[in-house]
Amino acid sequence: MNPFFATHVPVLLGLVFAWLVLGLAGLVRSHRITWVAYTLFPLGALVAMGIAAVGFSALADGFVAEQVILPLGLPDLPFHIRLDALSGFFLLLLGSVSAGISVFAAGYFRAGEGASPGLLCLQYHTFLASMAMVILADDAYLFMVAWETMALSSYFLVTTQHRIPEIQRAGFLYLLMAHVGALALLLCFGVLQGGSWLMTFDAMRGATLSPVWAGVAFGLALFGFGAKAGLVPLHVWLPEAHPAAPSPVSAMMSGLMLKVAIYGLLRVSFDLLHGGPWWWGMLTLVLGLGTALFGAVFAAVQTDMKRLLAYSSIENIGLIAAAIGLALLSYAFDMRLLAALALTAALLHALNHALFKSLLFLATGSVLHATHERSLGKLGGLIRRMPWVATLALIGTLALAGLPPLNGFVSEWLLLQAFLSTPSIPHAFVNMIVPVGAAVVALTAALAGYVMVKFYGVIFLGQPREPSLMQAHDAGWLERVGLGWLALGCILIGVFPQVALNAIAAVTRVLVGTVIQRGPAPWWIAPVAREQASYSGLWLLLGMAGTIAVMFVLVRRMYHGRVRRTPPWNCGYPALTPRMQDTAEGFGQPIRHMFGPFFRIARELPAPDDRAPRYRIQIDDRCWHGLYLPLARAVGWLADAVSVLQRGRLAVYLMYSFLTLLVLLVFVL
Amino acid sequence: MNALALLSQLGGAVLAVALAPVLAGWVAQCRAWLQNRSAPPLLQPYRSLRKLFRKDAALATYASPLFRATPYVVFGTMAMAAAIIPSVTTDLPMARVADAIALVGLFATARVFMALAAMDIGTVFGSMGARREMMIGFLAEPALLMVLFNAFLMFGSTALPTVVEDILNTKGLMLQPSLAFAGVAFVMVLLAENARIPIDNPATHLEVTMIHEAMLLEYSARHLALMEWASWLKLFNYACIGFALFVPWGIALHANGPLALLFAVAWLAAKLVVAGAVLAVIETVSAKLRIFRAPEFLSMAFLLAVLGLLVHLLLQS
Amino acid sequence: MPTLTLATQFLHVLAAGLLMISFGMLAQRRTRSLIVLLAWQGAVLTASTLLVAISAHLPDLYYSAALTLVEKVWLMPWILMRLMRRLGIEGDSDPLVNIPTLMLVGLGLVIFAFGLAQPISSLATTVTRQTLGIAMAVILLAFLMMIARHKAVTQVIGFLAMENGLFFAATSTTYGMPMVIELGIALDLLVGVFIFGIFFFQIREQFDSLDLHQLEALKED
Repeated sequence: MNPFFATHVPVLLGLVFAWLVLGLAGLVRSHRITWVAYTLFPLGALVAMGIAAVGFSALADGFVAEQVILPLGLPDLPFHIRLDALSGFFLLLLGSVSAGISVFAAGYFRAGEGASPGLLCLQYHTFLASMAMVILADDAYLFMVAWETMALSSYFLVTTQHRIPEIQRAGFLYLLMAHVGALALLLCFGVLQGGSWLMTFDAMRGATLSPVWAGVAFGLALFGFGAKAGLVPLHVWLPEAHPAAPSPVSAMMSGLMLKVAIYGLLRVSFDLLHGGPWWWGMLTLVLGLGTALFGAVFAAVQTDMKRLLAYSSIENIGLIAAAIGLALLSYAFDMRLLAALALTAALLHALNHALFKSLLFLATGSVLHATHERSLGKLGGLIRRMPWVATLALIGTLALAGLPPLNGFVSEWLLLQAFLSTPSIPHAFVNMIVPVGAAVVALTAALAGYVMVKFYGVIFLGQPREPSLMQAHDAGWLERVGLGWLALGCILIGVFPQVALNAIAAVTRVLVGTVIQRGPAPWWIAPVAREQASYSGLWLLLGMAGTIAVMFVLVRRMYHGRVRRTPPWNCGYPALTPRMQDTAEGFGQPIRHMFGPFFRIARELPAPDDRAPRYRIQIDDRCWHGLYLPLARAVGWLADAVSVLQRGRLAVYLMYSFLTLLVLLVFVL
Repeated sequence: MNALALLSQLGGAVLAVALAPVLAGWVAQCRAWLQNRSAPPLLQPYRSLRKLFRKDAALATYASPLFRATPYVVFGTMAMAAAIIPSVTTDLPMARVADAIALVGLFATARVFMALAAMDIGTVFGSMGARREMMIGFLAEPALLMVLFNAFLMFGSTALPTVVEDILNTKGLMLQPSLAFAGVAFVMVLLAENARIPIDNPATHLEVTMIHEAMLLEYSARHLALMEWASWLKLFNYACIGFALFVPWGIALHANGPLALLFAVAWLAAKLVVAGAVLAVIETVSAKLRIFRAPEFLSMAFLLAVLGLLVHLLLQS
Repeated sequence: MPTLTLATQFLHVLAAGLLMISFGMLAQRRTRSLIVLLAWQGAVLTASTLLVAISAHLPDLYYSAALTLVEKVWLMPWILMRLMRRLGIEGDSDPLVNIPTLMLVGLGLVIFAFGLAQPISSLATTVTRQTLGIAMAVILLAFLMMIARHKAVTQVIGFLAMENGLFFAATSTTYGMPMVIELGIALDLLVGVFIFGIFFFQIREQFDSLDLHQLEALKED
């Protein structure tokens, strides 16, 4: 399309550029909080809203994809930009969620914590801009540049407090995994061009690949994007990097960056490769389900609040991947409507997860600021000291636990509906495995409830486990606004799910060529047929609120309702100390007991005559010890073997060059 | 949606709320008879409710608003659940609003709020009860969902009234082996979810073994009354889910007139009498499991329900 | 949904019952309950054989049903019960793997068996063809039970349950085996159980226990 007719893309590019400018402006007076935090970050939030608005408008009916070739890039290799419904949806996600995070960050970043606020501002906005560019890129070259910028800027953000050795280590692991993943993506694009050596996505869409090469490309994409998204067994960096980063950055990585990886997977598998044989879907489905269960089980035994959330992110990414797998699977059997349904579930869950996971990560940030404590074993009772954060976090907690009438429930509902509609797949084994998949999804969703009760109960409820918590203060108003914005998103999507589904319909139309049934009202969804299944968040909410109100009034009317404040009863045990409460370890104990073989558990039991008895338990990931350490050892061994070549004598080196030259010449002959 | 539908919708929910204590009383009575004790009167639950509502509430000093709101939320979700289960009629406008998956979601909401409230005071038993309840819940919830899936796969709908209508409209006898699996699994889930004997004992206040009661320890007066009522309502709801899936005969259909509703209520009462007696027998003949065996019991239920799905897929092809 | 005849529906229910009993055996800790379940399995098998005999008008199968009744519902459980009492092993015994994991593996086996059976059963023409998958699952589950227990008696029970599965597979795909073969198998089983019985007493004399862990001592290092 002629760039002059493109209306959305120039605006978008301008907004992305504005982000970069805001980032650079942070360097001007990098230590002035009023400038960086109270001016630049809120402006960034405004820009984000703009991006969300443009992304939303790209989802309207009748929108034609816009393509622009920029006069930038290498000679003969210009940057291509394209905006279609898929990128529009992810821009909407990026913009709307990052707006909340930016407002929160305005109140969060303060001087004296690691890097200077101005530098953080630059890295932060570069991160945002690079994510937007990944979503907009229409050739492999720009895609990889933006992808690597995203990885690097987030690496710097993770290592904000770079003087702490653990954070250095986490950052290194993150960088390593990011680059292994990026390498796979590079190879993937190399395969995708299919001999034309054109790196535009247009050429890749048109390229015809043999089934084997298509399979290779898909495998590489799954590896590359899976490493970024945190699919098991490529998840190891995630529980290290998320807790290391400052909370707004954790929120961005978990809420946004993982979704960008999901975007990439969708772009390659559906748009560039146009789907594939059924085993692609099966592979993704099984990986996704395994990841989901793994994440949920590990989240249940964590004792650090941010690690817990990181594992919960792994779980949710697993659910999204499972939905994508189901979509690929049904697409392979040409069941378009089912593919659309599963894809809708995946996209909606991506949006939902971005909302509530950012909300919870930000809430942990507020808790961290107020208490300087990350360990669940030393928190507790904060609902009394921090009512705002506690209330808003409760909404996120309930949404993440997948409870009606909030948004998490809607996407899980859709996912289960998709699983339920599959038995007509004409393949014996696939047919049998799909209901088991539904069972795993149900189990994971229920485990998420367990995890969230633990998370919320241990941090905000009960009595403060440390005396210092009595001094905790509630979050400032900017932080509250940021949290409130995200919580509002959770409620609105839960109550008016059809609005979100309408937006997603444009995406499924582009990717699988059909859309699910439109619900009868904005608050009423019926994705397949009204007799089969329908759900209305608003009515459910009203019904519940109505019953509660009636009950409340009745109880008030009929009886006096006097309340006496007393010490707790606790079966009559008199001396009750906060230390007697269930700890995070204790709350995870049933899961540890049941899923014992999942974990690698190291226990330190005190001896009977110990003066200062200490009970320690460490739960490790089997992947790390079973897969990564042997791999690292193998690499080390290989490096040792290669180092034989290093002689230190110039003559030998010259001989290597000479031999290489000779070999190459032989090949040319 | 007409006036009759709306009326029967409201009537069904009110009926459930009103009848739930009788069911609890009936089960307690049967249990007492079977155990050679003199039984409490059938209407005892109402009396305890009245007693509790009249009392002053004693609230722990630092109980948060969440703690005070929870009884209302739990009761509200249970009443809402009662409104979408076809116990008397299938003509339920609310069942379109929330299908059976949402029903499971409502149960989960109640459970999560109850567990959170139990942790709010920060007592030993409260948090222990919350932990155990969540442990049972996270296995029982997917098991219930899988039981429902058996019916959904068979009739292609997740709305319970549609399922019931499909069963009732089927001509001739249709034996469904997968429903046998689902039935066994359902009974196991019912026992676990309603704090019944192999898992939990509703009559016990022994500190170490209690689960459900441990979460209610800090509640008193009207709050306790609402929580108790909600738990009776939960039992009632589970019984009605069981009737709808496995013995739906007697439920009034869409097309039937208002007279059928009266018959349906009579049918429901008869089924409840039988179900309560059966429940009492199960509770009397089985021994309470150790808490560590509870996951085994529930994973068995879960796997049986999944097995039902597989058997259905095998035999139907 | 295709409408099936009443007999087929009943047969499906019985097949499902067989599968459920197999899972029950997998989850059962007590030897006594295992034997009771085995007897129940025999009873269901008898009923299904009878049903096939009636619906397909095969007089041969009446005899085989009678044989099943006598041998598998009465004789074998009776011998096993006696054996168990004589050996004094009525109590609980924990399986090698914890039970939920065992059930999970069992579920995987069921999926495998069902998937395997579908193409085969589409070739068969009998009214009972769809139950082949269940029969295979019963065989595999019995095998799994044999692997996962370490009391010798449970091995025999698993062995018998496996034979039940085979028998069911035979009835469901080809309306049963020829009478001669069936009689032969019945006799073999009986002899097998006797030999096992003698064997158990020998093991107990040698090791003072029926725990199969003890047999590991026989390995030469």
